[in-house]
Amino acid sequence: MNEAGLSVEQVSMIYELPQGGRVEALRDVSFQLDPGGILTVLGPSGCGKTTLLNILAGFLAPTGGQATFGAHEISAPAPERGMVFQQGALFEWLNVAENIGFGPKMRGVPAGETTARVEHLLDTVGLQGFGDKAVYELSGGMQQRVALARCLANDPQLILMDEPLGALDALTREKMQSLILKLWRDTGKTIILITHSVEEALFLGQRLFVMAPRPGRIEREYRLPFAARGFDESLRDIKATPEFAGKRDEILAMIWEMEEEIMGRTESA
Amino acid sequence: MPDDSNPRSRASGEPEPGGFIPALLARVGLSRTGETARKTVTFGDPSAASGGRFWSILSVSVLAALWVLSSIYEWVNPIFWPAPGAVWDKFVEISSEGYRNFTLWEHIGWSLYRILMGFGLGCLVGIPLGFAMGLSRIMRGMFDPIVEFFRPIPPLAFIPLVIIWSGIGERSKILLLFLAALWIMAIAARAGVSSVKLSKIHAAYTLGVNRRQLLFRVILPNALPEIFTGMRVAMGVCWGTVVAAELVAAESGVGFMIMVASTFLSTDIVVMGVIIIGVVGYGIDILMRKLEARLIPWKGKG
Repeated sequence: MNEAGLSVEQVSMIYELPQGGRVEALRDVSFQLDPGGILTVLGPSGCGKTTLLNILAGFLAPTGGQATFGAHEISAPAPERGMVFQQGALFEWLNVAENIGFGPKMRGVPAGETTARVEHLLDTVGLQGFGDKAVYELSGGMQQRVALARCLANDPQLILMDEPLGALDALTREKMQSLILKLWRDTGKTIILITHSVEEALFLGQRLFVMAPRPGRIEREYRLPFAARGFDESLRDIKATPEFAGKRDEILAMIWEMEEEIMGRTESA
Repeated sequence: MPDDSNPRSRASGEPEPGGFIPALLARVGLSRTGETARKTVTFGDPSAASGGRFWSILSVSVLAALWVLSSIYEWVNPIFWPAPGAVWDKFVEISSEGYRNFTLWEHIGWSLYRILMGFGLGCLVGIPLGFAMGLSRIMRGMFDPIVEFFRPIPPLAFIPLVIIWSGIGERSKILLLFLAALWIMAIAARAGVSSVKLSKIHAAYTLGVNRRQLLFRVILPNALPEIFTGMRVAMGVCWGTVVAAELVAAESGVGFMIMVASTFLSTDIVVMGVIIIGVVGYGIDILMRKLEARLIPWKGKG
């Protein structure tokens, strides 16, 4: 196993409900992720994908199995595993540059070093000249650029993204998908991205997990060429190809069926 | 992106079209401008009820005029309600010569001093208490019933006890104001801590903070807007409480002035004192709001 690799072995998560009964949020989830890979996770609500991400971040301890990153079992959050949240996780009392420099500052990196790094990252995410702006003055898309830069500033080995583009409009979303792809290519980070959007999961995922609920599990895994092709071809061209459209329809049908099944079960219950 | 996201800057920045009279009307709030001028639905739209400065000027002027007229035509016995001239004369007299050993400014100063001490101590104890309650299950469990019990009790109900404990000197008033501010600040700080979005805490941990950094770099700034709202409320309550406490027992202060004057039926001084209480209280709130806008510009933007 490579130094910065992620290994998930038979991870289970069972929530005991206070009024009795239990929910199996995850059952026996296992996978390996090599360094530098990008994995997207897709599934209907309640399939446990956020629980999985929270376990990998170290916010939750699984009830069974274990997740290992590098040589260590994951038991608490650490700067080696960065996270990008959907929205509202920026610190509104700090300006854009201070938000990006937050991690290095907390870890005691010299101020001069941090300033240079922040300048570079502003450039990387396309926010040159916005360093002294207040974060609440920015649009949703720009705020997520700040969130990406803040995560990168800490130089994590693994970046976990919890529906980072979920609150953005369709156009901004596509621009941000290209940005994430570019960051992945330029930094070589290992990335796990959770999303509700089938297109996003297909376009960004070298590997894609479709998860299913009750119990939460990996239903199907894909290995996809689109992320690699995204280096040379435009996002719109790729999304227009028949292969892409075919995969999209296949996965949509699968999730549609899961949703139907959930609905049926709740109705009969 | 076109800059139509901030209509307020346009409305106040550019001169109003159409010459001097319409500009004046818009300025005092008698006519609507910008996009609000074209709104067809106004009843129930909050923006339709803002900017009525003309009506503020009108209502205050009418009240003042009524007061002047009532004294000229002697509608009311001056013992019940004095003439504006008499109140003004007293104001000039007391601000230069003083009343009962203290000038007017010293009376106001004493009241303000008591507030600042009591309020300051209340913040000093209440904010850490609120933080402890917001961060620890044990502290929350222990102090919740106490805080919730004392909160609805008007501070004035403690006056007899406080006087028995600490006499009628400064200590008793500061203690009273401390009690008035304490619960408000504890509850505000607790609410501020509890209002933090979990994703902010999680983000901070993945960025490598330790507990102390989390407390001072994330939880504290995140709670500041609520703490400041609490401070504004506490300031208002303290001001009302200090005046009432001085009415009961004191040797100086605005409330003391009113109390002594009333025993001599000097209604002019009483009314002057009442006006000063209103003006100073209003002034304190304006000051707090200015401070808030300056210190916590991110309020409500999280």
